[in-house]
Amino acid sequence: MRTRLAVSGLAKTFGATRALVRVDLEVHAGEVHAVLGENGAGKSTLMGVLGGVLAADTGTVLLDGEPFRPRSPGAARDAGVSVVHQELAICPHLSVEDNLVLGREPTRFGLVDRKAVRATAEKALREVLGTAASRIDPASAAGSLSVADQQLVEIARALAVPGTRVLVLDEPTSSLAKDDAERLFVLVRALAERGLAVLYVSHFLDEVRRLCDRYTVLRDGITVGSGAIADVGNDDLVAQMAGDRSRRTTARAGDEKPSARTLGDVVLTASHLAGTRLPSDVSFELRRGEILGIAGLVGSGRTELLRAVFGLDAVRSGTLDARAPMGMLSEDRKGEGIALALSVADNVTLSRMPAVVLPGAQRRATEARIDELFIKATPEQSALELSGGNQQKVALARLLHQGADVLLLDEPTRGVDVSSKAEILALLERLAAGGKAIVMVSSQFAELVHACDRVAVLRRGVLGPARPVAERTEAMLLEEASAP
Amino acid sequence: MSGLSLGGFRPWRRAWFAPLVTLFAVYALFVFLAPETFGRAVNLATMLRQTTVVAIAAVGMTFIIIQGGIDLSVGSMVALTTVVVAWKLKQGSSVPVALLLGIAVVTACGALNGLGTTALRITPFIVTLGSMTILRGAAKGLANEQKIDADIRGLDALVTPPENGLLPPGVYVALGIALAGAALLHYTRFGRHVFAIGSNEATARLCGVPVERTKILVYALGGALAGIAGLMELATLTVGDPTDSEGLELQVIAAVVVGGASLSGGEGSIGGALVGAFLMTVIKTGCTHLGIPNWVQHMLTGAIILTAAALDRFRRRSSR
Repeated sequence: MRTRLAVSGLAKTFGATRALVRVDLEVHAGEVHAVLGENGAGKSTLMGVLGGVLAADTGTVLLDGEPFRPRSPGAARDAGVSVVHQELAICPHLSVEDNLVLGREPTRFGLVDRKAVRATAEKALREVLGTAASRIDPASAAGSLSVADQQLVEIARALAVPGTRVLVLDEPTSSLAKDDAERLFVLVRALAERGLAVLYVSHFLDEVRRLCDRYTVLRDGITVGSGAIADVGNDDLVAQMAGDRSRRTTARAGDEKPSARTLGDVVLTASHLAGTRLPSDVSFELRRGEILGIAGLVGSGRTELLRAVFGLDAVRSGTLDARAPMGMLSEDRKGEGIALALSVADNVTLSRMPAVVLPGAQRRATEARIDELFIKATPEQSALELSGGNQQKVALARLLHQGADVLLLDEPTRGVDVSSKAEILALLERLAAGGKAIVMVSSQFAELVHACDRVAVLRRGVLGPARPVAERTEAMLLEEASAP
Repeated sequence: MSGLSLGGFRPWRRAWFAPLVTLFAVYALFVFLAPETFGRAVNLATMLRQTTVVAIAAVGMTFIIIQGGIDLSVGSMVALTTVVVAWKLKQGSSVPVALLLGIAVVTACGALNGLGTTALRITPFIVTLGSMTILRGAAKGLANEQKIDADIRGLDALVTPPENGLLPPGVYVALGIALAGAALLHYTRFGRHVFAIGSNEATARLCGVPVERTKILVYALGGALAGIAGLMELATLTVGDPTDSEGLELQVIAAVVVGGASLSGGEGSIGGALVGAFLMTVIKTGCTHLGIPNWVQHMLTGAIILTAAALDRFRRRSSR
C-alpha cells in the first residue's frame, strides 16, 4: 500500500494549552483510517491543520511524499485534501447548488455557468444520496433543509472537488438518520476502493469497526497507538483512549465518595422531555444535596438538554416539574456565562439587582460571595482581568446570588487550569452538601466519575438511566456513550 | 403553496414583492386623490429624476448590506464628489478628467473603508462612521467651506429632460447601473461570494472564498457608485457643495432595507432597493401635491419603513 498522508511530530499550542504535543499518523491510499480519541484529545486540532484552518507549530505533513503546508482552506482543497467539518458549515441563504460549488464556481465568459453548477450539484448529490437524491432540490435555500440533509450537502461538497486525494470526515454521522448513515458507509467504502484515503473521525466504535481498516488513537495531543482495526478489541481501544485514568478513577470512586451528604426532596423531575431537534427523550429525577452527571459526546444533545430544562429552547413534548428556582451556567463562558466588560460586582449581582443599585450594598454582597467561593478578585475589578477559573467562579457566584437552588452546569470546568478545576469540583461538592441540587454536563468523563453521585449517559438525544457512580468507570461511560 | 406553482416562480416569496405591492398601492392612492397633478406623466418623469441619486447609491449599498456590512459615508462621498469635480472644472480640467478624478477619489475612499473592516478588523458601522466625518471635513477643506461655483459645461443635461422626450439621460444611466449591478450580483462568482460572506462568513472562508478581497472590492464598488451618484447630484445642484447630502446615507440604507434586504446579511436585491428608493420619492411628492405638511411626510416615511420591515419578518417566518 502506498502512503498517501504521513504526519510526523506535529505540535500545536494555543496560548498555554498544548492541543497537539506529538502526533504521528500514516494513512494509505485506498484505506479508511479511523482517528480515535476522547473529547479534547486533539482530533479537531489535527483536522484543522490538515484542512488548512490552523498552522502547526512544528512537525511535518507529507502528501504523496510532497511537503503539505496549506496556508488556507482553499489551498488545502486545491492540493487534494477535502475536509467535512463537524459543525455545520453551510451558507443558509444560498441555494443547495451554490453551496456545493462555493469557492470554485464554474464560469463561462466571466459569468457563473448555471448549467455546469446544476450538473455538478446533481452528480454530487446522487453520489451521496443515491436514489434518495430527489428529496433535495438543488435550487432550494440550504437553510430550509433539515440538519441531516445539510450535513449530506456538506459531504457532497467535499466530493464535488475534482482531484481529491484525502477526504476527512469529522463525526459525519452524529446528526444522520440510520438509512442515511448506512448509505454513507457504502459510499465511503466505495471511495476508498477508488483509491482515496479517507480519514474518519468518530466516537462510535462499532461504526469504526465496520468501516475502517486501520486506526490511530490520540490522547492529550499524543499518538498513543495505531494498527489494524481487526487486531484490537473495543476494550483495548477504549483503554488506549482513556489511558491509565480509567483504572485510577475506578479505584477512587469507591473509597472517597462523600457519604456524608444527605439527600433531600425531589426538586426537579423531567419525564420524556424532548426538544425541537435534540434531546429526544430525557427522564431523570434530581434531589437536593445531589450531583447528577450527564455524560455525552459531541452532538449528543448535552447543551440542548440543559437549555430545554432551563426554558431557553422550546420543549416539543414531555413534562418538567421544577420545585425550586433554577440557575444555568453556559458552556460558552465568554459568550453567555459572563459579561466580560463589566466589573465582578456587576456580574455577581446581575441576575438579582435592586431597582436602585447602591454601590456600598453591591460591594458588600459581592465581597460575601468572593469569600464564600474563594474568588481571587476584588468587586471593582473587570471580569476581563480574571483567569478562566476565577471567571467561572464569578459566573457560579451569580447563580448563588440570584438564589438558585437547582444549578444546571454545562461544562463547569471547561478552559480552566488544573488547580482551578479541582477547586471548582470541591466547591460543587460543598454546595451540594449545603442542600443545592446540581446537574452537571461534562465531556470529561473522568471528572463526572470523580464529582457526581449518579451519572446518566446521553446518546443521540436519549438519556439513559442514572446509576450510582460506584457502579461506573470512565471506560464504561465512554463505551456506553459511543455505542451505536 | 400547492396548486399555485408557476414553475417554481413564486413572486410572493420574493423579498421585493411586498414593497412593490406597497409602491403600486401608494401610487394608485395618490393618483386617485390628485389625478390632475400627481397623475400626470410629467410628474412620473420628475419623480424618476429625483430618485436617481438615491437609486444609484442604493445599488452599491445593496452589495454592502448583502455582504453583511453597512456604509454610513455615502452622503459625505456624494458631497466630496461634487466638490472634487467642481474644483477640477474650475481649475480648467476637461470634463472627462474631472469626472474620472471625482469617481476615482471616492472609489479609493470606499476601498479604504473595506481595508478598515478587514485589515484593522473594525466593525463596518464604526469604520464608516469615522470616514463619514473625515470625508465631510475633507470636502469642506477642499472647498474652503464654501460652495464651488464652476462652469459645469453641460453636465446639467444629465438631469434635464430632452426636448423630444420625457426622461433625462441620468435616469437611463441609473437603470443601466441597476441592470449591470443585478447581473454582477446574480450571475458572477463575485456576486455569489458576496451572498456567501453575508450568509456565513466562516463557511465562505472554509470553502476558499477570498473573503478579505471580496469585502474590499464591495466597499470600493459602493464608493464608485456613490461617485456616480455624486455626478448626478452635481448636475442637479450645478455647484460643488461640501454641505450637501447630509443624511443621504440613511435614505439609501432605508431604500435597501425597504426593498427586502437583511441588515444581518445574506439577503437583498437590487430591484427591491430601486422600489424602496422610488417608494420614498412617491410618498414625498404625493404628500407635497396634496398639501400635506412636511412633518406628516416624515412620519409617514418612517411608518412605511417600519411596515416594510415588519412585513418582511412575517414573510420570512411563513416561508420557514
